[in-house]
Amino acid sequence: MTENLQRSPLHQDHLALSARMVPFAGWEMPVQYSGLMAEHHAVRQTVGVFDISHMGQVIVSGLGAEAFLNHALTNDISRLAPGHGHYTLLLNDHGGVIDDLIAYRTGESEFFLVINAARIDEDWAQLTTLHAAAPSDADIVELANLSPACGGLAIQGPKSRAVFATLFGPDATYPEKNTVISCDTPEGLMWLCGTGYTGEDGFEFFMPATTASDWFQRTVTAVQAEGGLPCGLGARDTLRLEMGYPLNGNDLSPDHTPLQAGLGFFVALNKEHFIGQNALLQEKAAGLTRKLTGFRMTSTAPPPRPHYPVLSAEGQPLGEICSGTLSPTLQYGIGMAYLPPTHTTPGTPLQIEIRGKTYPAEVTKKPFHRPQ
Amino acid sequence: MTTVLNHLRYRPSHEWIEPGKSPAAVGITDHAQAELTDIVFVDLPVIGRQVKAGDPVAVVESVKAASDIYAPVSGEIVAVNEALNGNPGLINTDPFTEGWIFQIAPSNPTEPDTLLDAEAYRAHIS
Repeated sequence: MTENLQRSPLHQDHLALSARMVPFAGWEMPVQYSGLMAEHHAVRQTVGVFDISHMGQVIVSGLGAEAFLNHALTNDISRLAPGHGHYTLLLNDHGGVIDDLIAYRTGESEFFLVINAARIDEDWAQLTTLHAAAPSDADIVELANLSPACGGLAIQGPKSRAVFATLFGPDATYPEKNTVISCDTPEGLMWLCGTGYTGEDGFEFFMPATTASDWFQRTVTAVQAEGGLPCGLGARDTLRLEMGYPLNGNDLSPDHTPLQAGLGFFVALNKEHFIGQNALLQEKAAGLTRKLTGFRMTSTAPPPRPHYPVLSAEGQPLGEICSGTLSPTLQYGIGMAYLPPTHTTPGTPLQIEIRGKTYPAEVTKKPFHRPQ
Repeated sequence: MTTVLNHLRYRPSHEWIEPGKSPAAVGITDHAQAELTDIVFVDLPVIGRQVKAGDPVAVVESVKAASDIYAPVSGEIVAVNEALNGNPGLINTDPFTEGWIFQIAPSNPTEPDTLLDAEAYRAHIS
């Protein structure tokens, strides 16, 4: 295994479950336990539990926290009521994506951010730089990076509520979609979040790393009792791609703006100011030259994978695949690529080049799959 | 529990071949299919192609990865397992019989005997 990889507090639990461990975003994480296909179907049909301890957590608090985050992030955080969260983006000055994240308002002037493992250092650098640059008369803002101290689990699938009831009791309040419940336990703070990365009902929860293994054991037992499985990053990737959710590093990067990525809904372009706003306003006025576009293979073909060339029906090079896979639910290849606006209308024929051969594909609306 | 069949010969890259036969069937081992996990696509070689031992001749794909399959010996590809086009999972369920990938007519009929025998392959994967 590559050196200097960080380990989840659940590392020993994964080994005990015979997980296949792989490097991901600087961490050694389980890619699968029993098998990617079975794990994928478990989440679509019953329930699965994922280790998401690699993800980062930041708390931003103080009287100036709302104004600070509205300056740093694209979505309008002033619209969040306490107990609610939303998807948002952290941009650089050029409008390029540093990270995509979920911001929850856990109190009137306290926010809980869940950020990508591979971007914890960049996010922290950006937030602390903006913090240091704030005017001296600004209201107080405190930043805390809790990432190393937190474990995290995602429970996803139609049986998630049953698992929740087993873990927290039948009378406990379930975190409905985009809500957050924070609780103080003798071991430390926990956050229950009505979010996920699979398109299914479910919740994510973050707990003190010292208690993560105990929670994982109990959750695996509860999940298995509902006919579900512990699931690795392999299934997490196919599940999110069926929903057309972007993955930072594949589909999002400083080279692309959220407008190009089709995430304009999460950018409050008209709010007073945020980092990257001018670049996005200019791009919007000039018109997009690239759009993250979904496609599907239209004949028997190898699974589409990142970096394979995307061509027009006439053979003209258009771009390359950012994310691609065989969809376990749909049983055909799906993917996303940044394409010129001439080739983004659903039904537009494309070709994907795989090992020197071209295979037919066509532009498809996202999500590729709609859960029941 | 990985199966290794005594009557076959093995390449360290996990292909098996039938020795003493022409054409000889070639596939991947039980150990290899377990490592690759659910196989979802097989790119078969072209019939009539002349190959040298060690040439990549087929590609076996799981959801996560595409893996090259190498010719265990030199010779001519004389048949491919068309059943894999409709059911690539045959390699997972039956790697040594129904899941064969191609047949090769070895240029040198004794070349398969130079590969690993079952005992040596077991040691290789243990």
